[in-house]
Amino acid sequence: MDLTTTYMGLQLKNPLVPSASPLSRDLDNIKRLEDAGASAIVMYSLFEEQIEHEQRELDHFLAQGTESYQEAVSYFPEAEDYNLGPDEYLEHIRSAKDSTAIPIIGSLNGVSAGGWLEYAKKIEDAGADGLELNVYYIPTDTRFSAKEIENIYVEDLKRIKGAVSIPVAMKLSPYFTTMASMATKLDEAGADALVLFNRFYQPDFDLEQLEVVPTVNLSTPAENRLPLRWIAILYGHIKANMAATTGVHSAQDALKMLMAGADVAMLCSVLLEKGPQHLATVLADLQQWMEEKEYSSVTQMKGSMSQRSVAEPAAFERANYMKALNSWKVTI
Amino acid sequence: MSNRKKVMIDGNEAAAFVAHKTNEVCAIYPITPSSNMGEWADAWSAQNRPNIWGTVPVVSELQSEGGASGAVHGALQTGSLTTTFTASQGLLLMIPNMYKIAGELTSTVFHVSARSVAAQALSIFGDHSDVMAVRQTGFALLSSNSVQEVMDFALIAQAATLRSRVPFVHFFDGFRISHEVMKIEELSDEDMFAMLPDDLIAAHRARALTPEKPVIRGTAQNPDVFFQARETVNPFYDACPDIVQETMDKFAEVVGREYKLFDYVGAPDADRVVIMMGSGAGAAEEAVEYLVAKGEKVGLIKVRLFRPFSIKHFVASLPATVKSIAVLDRTKEPGAAGEPLYQDVHTALAEAMTEGNLPMAAYPKVVGGRYGLSSKEFTPSMVKSVFDNLAADKPKNHFTIGIKEDVTHSSLDYDPHFSMEPDDVFRGMFYGLGADGTVGANKNSIKIIGEGTDFHAQGYFVYDSKKSGSMTTSHLRFGPRPIKSTYLINSAKFVACHQFFFLEKFDMLSHIIEGGTFLLNSPYGADEVWDKIPRMVQQTIIDKKLKFFVIDGYKVAEATGMGARVNTIMQTCFFAISGILPKDEAIASIKDAIKKTYGSKGDRIVQMNFNAVDQTLENLHEVTVPAAATSSIEMPPVVSDKAPEFVREVTSMMIAGHGDDIPTSMLPVDGTFPTATTMWEKRNIALEIPEWDTETCIQCNKCAMVCPHATIRIKVFDEKEVANAPANFKYTDAKGKEYKGLKYSIQVAPEDCTGCALCVEVCPAKNKSEVRLKAINMVPQPPLREQERENWDFFLNIPEFDRTTCRVDTIKGSQLLQPLFEFSGACSGCGETPYVKLTSQLFGDRMIVANATGCSSIYGGNLPTTPWAVNADGQGPTWSNSLFEDNAEFGFGFRLTIDQQNRFARELLMRMAGDIGEDLVRGLLDNDQKTEAGIAEQRTRVTALKEKLGGMSSPEATRLLSVADFLIRRSVWIMGGDGWAYDIGYGGLDHVLASGKNVNVLVMDTEVYSNTGGQMSKATPIGAVAKFAAGGKPIAKKDLGLMAMSYGTVYVAQVAMGANDAQTLKAFIEAEAYDGPSLIIAYSHCIAHGIDMSKGMDQQKALVESGLWPLYRFNPDLAAEGKNPFKLDSKPAKISVKDFITTETRFNMLFKSKPDEANRLMGMAQAHVDNRQKYYQELENLYEAISVPAAPATDETAAE
Repeated sequence: MDLTTTYMGLQLKNPLVPSASPLSRDLDNIKRLEDAGASAIVMYSLFEEQIEHEQRELDHFLAQGTESYQEAVSYFPEAEDYNLGPDEYLEHIRSAKDSTAIPIIGSLNGVSAGGWLEYAKKIEDAGADGLELNVYYIPTDTRFSAKEIENIYVEDLKRIKGAVSIPVAMKLSPYFTTMASMATKLDEAGADALVLFNRFYQPDFDLEQLEVVPTVNLSTPAENRLPLRWIAILYGHIKANMAATTGVHSAQDALKMLMAGADVAMLCSVLLEKGPQHLATVLADLQQWMEEKEYSSVTQMKGSMSQRSVAEPAAFERANYMKALNSWKVTI
Repeated sequence: MSNRKKVMIDGNEAAAFVAHKTNEVCAIYPITPSSNMGEWADAWSAQNRPNIWGTVPVVSELQSEGGASGAVHGALQTGSLTTTFTASQGLLLMIPNMYKIAGELTSTVFHVSARSVAAQALSIFGDHSDVMAVRQTGFALLSSNSVQEVMDFALIAQAATLRSRVPFVHFFDGFRISHEVMKIEELSDEDMFAMLPDDLIAAHRARALTPEKPVIRGTAQNPDVFFQARETVNPFYDACPDIVQETMDKFAEVVGREYKLFDYVGAPDADRVVIMMGSGAGAAEEAVEYLVAKGEKVGLIKVRLFRPFSIKHFVASLPATVKSIAVLDRTKEPGAAGEPLYQDVHTALAEAMTEGNLPMAAYPKVVGGRYGLSSKEFTPSMVKSVFDNLAADKPKNHFTIGIKEDVTHSSLDYDPHFSMEPDDVFRGMFYGLGADGTVGANKNSIKIIGEGTDFHAQGYFVYDSKKSGSMTTSHLRFGPRPIKSTYLINSAKFVACHQFFFLEKFDMLSHIIEGGTFLLNSPYGADEVWDKIPRMVQQTIIDKKLKFFVIDGYKVAEATGMGARVNTIMQTCFFAISGILPKDEAIASIKDAIKKTYGSKGDRIVQMNFNAVDQTLENLHEVTVPAAATSSIEMPPVVSDKAPEFVREVTSMMIAGHGDDIPTSMLPVDGTFPTATTMWEKRNIALEIPEWDTETCIQCNKCAMVCPHATIRIKVFDEKEVANAPANFKYTDAKGKEYKGLKYSIQVAPEDCTGCALCVEVCPAKNKSEVRLKAINMVPQPPLREQERENWDFFLNIPEFDRTTCRVDTIKGSQLLQPLFEFSGACSGCGETPYVKLTSQLFGDRMIVANATGCSSIYGGNLPTTPWAVNADGQGPTWSNSLFEDNAEFGFGFRLTIDQQNRFARELLMRMAGDIGEDLVRGLLDNDQKTEAGIAEQRTRVTALKEKLGGMSSPEATRLLSVADFLIRRSVWIMGGDGWAYDIGYGGLDHVLASGKNVNVLVMDTEVYSNTGGQMSKATPIGAVAKFAAGGKPIAKKDLGLMAMSYGTVYVAQVAMGANDAQTLKAFIEAEAYDGPSLIIAYSHCIAHGIDMSKGMDQQKALVESGLWPLYRFNPDLAAEGKNPFKLDSKPAKISVKDFITTETRFNMLFKSKPDEANRLMGMAQAHVDNRQKYYQELENLYEAISVPAAPATDETAAE
């Protein structure tokens, strides 16, 4: 049976790819993921703001209180060098490349093209096989129009594509008014893949402390309906590969994504929950299911249930909404 | 010669450079101003930098200088090339070992940045009192007068000690040389090899103790041979001066610079000569050159080798024409026939005369004088005055120069405005705040000029003694010749004021020359600034025809993300205006320096500074100076006219920076000063101060509890007190049943607050309509200053809450007590002072404090103003600092007196009961004074007793009157930091804790030597980076509390106010109530941790939650009652060690520089925390299971 797939121009031995998560911070986990069968690994994200913040913070605290008082003109010994920001990340990419045989995809999280350009080049130089851009951007500025925001994505992508020769994927949020048009624009701008979708962590309120608190909730399989739907809709309309992410917990989830038209299914929450070795179980289940159902290759099933391949294309559109509401009433 | 590297370094680095290159072992201990030498050596070894023989020297910190000298002695005895670095009291602690090392003819060099020895007061500044106190030990004393000489003499001393076998103290003036940055030539490894032949080192090793060739050294000798044996060293001392001269000659051959044991400069036929050593010789040489050029026959002898004193070489250095000599000593020996150098000169001349070797026809007039104690300025003008004195028929002897000594009239007059500085030397003065980075930028500027051009350059930096809002003054000189001006600039060509508000505080244009340039950082542009500056400043600008430039550095800093740091901006302006370098070259050099300085901290920081440089020039403008001074702004008075006379007349001069002008007659004779003086120094350093929201406030009083500077105060009072309140004075109904019907007010001292915002951080109340607001919120100070000043003055006059009815054991109640420690110079957001202040609130009216040297002795006792205060009855803490190492014993001595005088008073009371009256006597004797009410009653009775005694004339009545106050309970507090308690003072502390005496020890544990800049102590936690632990502290901190608990008779508490304020309060009250020794170990967050100081209390909370700082109390009184004395007050860890330590730079920087080691140490720290948690829990269980015997009665209680 042929499990291979092509993603961002990379030939992968199967369609299961761990997405950017804290798991990849540890080299041992990266090796475990490879051993469990991961066909590529998206590294944890390098946060642009974090780099700047880290540098400013270190400079601030090392300088704080210095040259102010005769007996203590400084408070720390001088270190020759600090491993700051991208250095540590880039070193990690190098180590991951050295100790694995699968493609390593760097991940950049940020909002400014300037910062991205520099780090994208560095990630390429560190040996990454591909680059995933994660525009974690909440458009809170009331003066910006949708068009302007969409342009940020497109322009950022163009500049980075012009600067690096490795393939570039765009990880998107689902909050575009015209998702299909946005996907097309990015496709035309040269995206090698679209990663659908990013989950924005939503802050919570602490009523005791009256504070806004960050929360990190792992995804549930129920959440994969959103990427499933959009991948199915976009399949065949864009040249870029597609990765399905959010709510892929089992072989069944992955199979659905592939059938919708994804080239790879990305796993995160389930691996955080059950450990890197769980990928092997998902892979085995996927293989077993394909054997039982007599599929000969991943290519064969790719897009087989996309909007244009199903009997009822309207199921992905408004009609589906009506139907879903009705079914909900029935179950009550 | 010319291809040696030119470097811009200070004297400490120069000494450390050679010492590290030419030694194998450095045993060190921090002390100002020598700490940097050890820090350099430690940092270089941490970077694996080898000595000239290719091996990395070991650098080891000891627990004291006594310990360091012992380790030096041991390392020397076993054959290592060994050195140490010290000063002042540190050198004094080495004396016993110095006798041994010299007696055993052991080669070593101690590098000493010479500093005052504490007498009537401590001083960190430079003079020769310390080195003069070791001149009898048998060490040779070699004096360097400049930074270049420090590097040269460090090597000459090393070579000479190996050849002569006489150990050397190589000394140079603290601060003036140790901290002066100069362009010098760096010696090469080849130079050092040439000076240190292997055979000398082999000979040193051959004398070492080794079991292969066993010997015994350090025997005890009897009267039969000790004397003769002591005389065996004579040939070595006889040979030593010639060896040093030969070594200097060899150095001249190798390096090119020539030195003599006594270097003469001046007219070959001089009739007047000054003899001196140290940095002052630079100023003296300038004066001699100036006077000789004017045709005067004067000269100077610069003494290099003071011990062994070579009469032969000295006499040979004197011109035969000399008729009168002034010997200047930078030390004072009260009661001596004269200061040491003066005496030696006399002895040398007399001996030469006796032996017929005197080069001149007749014995010259010789006078001695003292100068420059504690870094007092010493200028060419003063030298001229000394020469003028020598020209008199009867020159004044035993004079002082540089001060006005109007009691015994020893001082010589001089002209403070007389300048001899040549015109081709650029002289610039830069006034900045510590926090704005001015000094760092100036250090960069002189590096740019010194290392990038042929100019010689010098930088010297003056700081005030406050740790928050401190002002810095940078003195920079550049010129075509080596700079000998070892004194502050007093005729500047360029003055820069980096903070606009300084204009109203200091007369900074008093030192600018006519036609000079004045650069002002101003929020007002060139068109509007004129009307915003004080009239006096305007007049000076006009009178002195100054060029006047402004830059809005604040705006540029804001726009480029530099925050408060205007350093790069002002530096760029300096180069743009001064024209020292062509503009483009200057900009390129500044950027190059930025890369070097900030490169390791990331490209974003470099870019930010680049942007600041680029945006500066377009914002720099010259002001067209009007013809007349028109401003209505006047300089405000330094202190209020309501201040006490001493503060108005003496303290105010120090505050204004005119302390040099205070004559001797105005100062106390014995170092005794009035307390409660910080209240008169209105520093106005806070940009923002807290504002109280009466509606949101829940009246918990936590804000006052944590305030490090006692600037947020709370009173509860009757409404009638506010009948005449200012219109904006805020108060509300007091909450709580015990305060029913009363009013409540929180008031901020607007001009004393440092703006740290700790109060806001701890405030638990949130505004229900806008949760970002609390009951206390930071708002800009300037608009509130006038109004709140009036409110503060009004608030102070509201009566304090009655202590006798106050619930002092609650946070709320305790904060109604008046703080008697206020407005100290501690860092903004200090973690120590909230504990000190709390102590003063609880026990201040009866408190006597022994304070170990360190941060707390500086913010607690550094002039001009001191924070210990008094209550309305004039009672308050009385305070003293003895030394660093002896503080526990010092406080123990207080207790001995108190117990002794109390017993005597009680005995007298009993003897005189008939005369005094049985009731009063019984009342005085039977009152246990365990409550505030009891103490108040006792005070009333003692007053009554004194009245009665005043009417009696018997000797016993007089005696009782002198000790009657001892009948009032005294609270002895022994305070200090971890450097004292864990390290240098531990032996004494342990002894005092074991004594059973009623003393209270407060250890403010910042986990480093904070005051000297963050060196490792035994309290430093594992994994933390500190100076002397650049690679992270490899072992866990000592558990001081556990050690003290092992006695069973010591009250021990470990507290952290930010984690549990109620437990802290309980611990203080229980400790003080316990009739025996008590130890409180109080976690104190610190600027040396690299944290956001406004979040200090949050850091404390997280620390405790991580298990790194368990809270507990061990109370022997409970054991006596058959209860469990040990109570673990904190819960098991809620967060991991990693969660805590990644929030502090001291740990974080190791993750950034050595991540593997950081992770290894963090793992060990977590294991340690886990084990200790189990250990303490088991300990609690164990104490529950066993009965602990009661504390034995002390002598005193038994006697009663």
